[in-house]
Amino acid sequence: MTALRAHPGRSALHRFIGGYGQEIVVLLSIVALFVVVGIINPRFLSDTNINSIFAGNAYIAIAAIGMSMVIIAGHIDVSVGALIGVIATIAGTLAVNGYPVWVAWVVPILFAMAVNAGVGALVAYTRIPSIVVTLGMLSILKGGLISITAGEWISDLPPEFMIAQMRPFGIPSAVYFMVALTAVAAMFMRYTDFGRSIYAVGGNMEAARAAGINPERTVVGVFILHGLFAGIAGILFATQLQVIQSTVPPNLELTVITASVIGGVSILGGTGTVIGSTLAAILFACIGSALIFLNVSAYWLRAVLGLLILATVLADMARRRRAT
Amino acid sequence: MTASRLLRHETILGVLTVIALIVLASLSDKFFTAENLLNQGRLMSEVGLVALAMTFVIVTGGIDLSVGSILGLTAILLGVFWKNLGLPLPAAMVLALACGTFAGWVNGLIITRFRVPPLIATLATLALYRGLAEGISEARSVRGYPEWFFFFGQGEVLGVPFQLWVLGLATIVAAVILGLTPFGRATYAIGANETAARFSGIRVDAVKLWIYTGAGFCSALAAVIFVSRVTTTRSDMGTGLELDVITGVVLGGTSIFGGRGTIIGTVLGLILIQALKNGLALSGVKGDGTIVVIGLVLIGAILAGALFDRNRGG
Repeated sequence: MTALRAHPGRSALHRFIGGYGQEIVVLLSIVALFVVVGIINPRFLSDTNINSIFAGNAYIAIAAIGMSMVIIAGHIDVSVGALIGVIATIAGTLAVNGYPVWVAWVVPILFAMAVNAGVGALVAYTRIPSIVVTLGMLSILKGGLISITAGEWISDLPPEFMIAQMRPFGIPSAVYFMVALTAVAAMFMRYTDFGRSIYAVGGNMEAARAAGINPERTVVGVFILHGLFAGIAGILFATQLQVIQSTVPPNLELTVITASVIGGVSILGGTGTVIGSTLAAILFACIGSALIFLNVSAYWLRAVLGLLILATVLADMARRRRAT
Repeated sequence: MTASRLLRHETILGVLTVIALIVLASLSDKFFTAENLLNQGRLMSEVGLVALAMTFVIVTGGIDLSVGSILGLTAILLGVFWKNLGLPLPAAMVLALACGTFAGWVNGLIITRFRVPPLIATLATLALYRGLAEGISEARSVRGYPEWFFFFGQGEVLGVPFQLWVLGLATIVAAVILGLTPFGRATYAIGANETAARFSGIRVDAVKLWIYTGAGFCSALAAVIFVSRVTTTRSDMGTGLELDVITGVVLGGTSIFGGRGTIIGTVLGLILIQALKNGLALSGVKGDGTIVVIGLVLIGAILAGALFDRNRGG
């Protein structure tokens, strides 16, 4: 039911490895990648590159936290990329029109939570599959964004708005967000009633209902939380460059879903952790960067990503079959 | 699932389509002309071919998100086989079609052999096939196809676009297979209750493998027509096709949970979408505005269906 599968009678170390198998695999992969690529091309380990890997992809990791919760609850959201594009544009528009920066940060996040509350309500109460609702939402957000902005870039953003470019103690702020949000979300999922009920609903909805959980309310709550994380991700995405392109970042939803799945969130719902999805987002960013440092053409990046998802999913299915 | 019930959804959809056509015709005098309608049919053919196959996929309770990527990959391979490997164009076409079909077979294999949920399996191959298209093409486009090749996408037979004949023929074949053959009944049985279908002796995995392979073939066929219509090959071709296709199928009354749906419904759904796109564009709504309308129509139609179901106590 929870992320940690209990193995009574084994040592604490065994339990730890058993519970966090996928996370440990991903973490070791990151370490191995750094060692191998660093030996081949030491420039891979330069401050600039490590900064760009972590800070440049923190928003993906943060969006993947929310996505993991949605998938653990047994649903999916293919509209998150479009939502992040819309959030970035709203934030940028507010900022250049002279609103205080905190308004430009907070209003888009509230907007994202409101949109996802609607999506969650449709999914939970009308029983329309989340893939259909979010496909429709993807098209509404994407079409709405382009027809309103006509794809015009937003520039001349006020410097105090650029939260992702701030560097307290020399470390990019996006990294603080990624670490703090992952830690908070991980605790939330493990130790609060609501967090545990997300696993219960994803594992077996009727059993969860019988245990006194309200699955509909849980699903709406999960989507609102997902909106919160997508909103924060959108603000970081909006403020990491000097301009906002007012378009939907292509295939961002796929990258986010991939991070969740590679991080060990089971595609069938019910298991997985947000630590895994953050690690996987970092792993994917490292692979992208490593391919460049190994002189592999960037054109092949997506094919590698596809193979990676496929391999992970097949491994997940094999592990499940062994378990049953 | 009774015949009268199915008929009712299609009747509603048919009436809706007629109303849309009348409204759109009154908004713009360019809409209801033979030239415009035939041209719209031309534009609908690629999505239509894939939607026919997708109807089978969704009736089994599955989904195929990789169709747009298969289209892109096939288009790229067509260009590479012809231009870079120097094969004669007809051979390149056949080989590209075979590769697209193989890509669909791989989907089916992953889904049936390894029991990966179709949504995730095809999400992975969506990335994989598009990645292969990007990697193989390195963002270079292929142009300069010979004149005769443009017949498939631009030619006419008896005044009707060539691909509309293909779509018409494919529609009849698909309708017959789904509605009148044991294979079609097996497709419904799998979608209604896969375990029950297995126990009643239906070769579930074989049927599914055929269906996903068919989806690959239809996407590949659409790719050849697409390349011929736009005269060039690019790796981003067919991006987002899955959304248009699934919207058409679901709007046509096929249940996303499987077990229910018809080819006629899919065709009506496609006509309604294409009419909305074209009619709204002619009455001055920008292209991206129509995407919003399609999203709203999709959610609205499913919502109406779900509420309808609930009122019937089912």
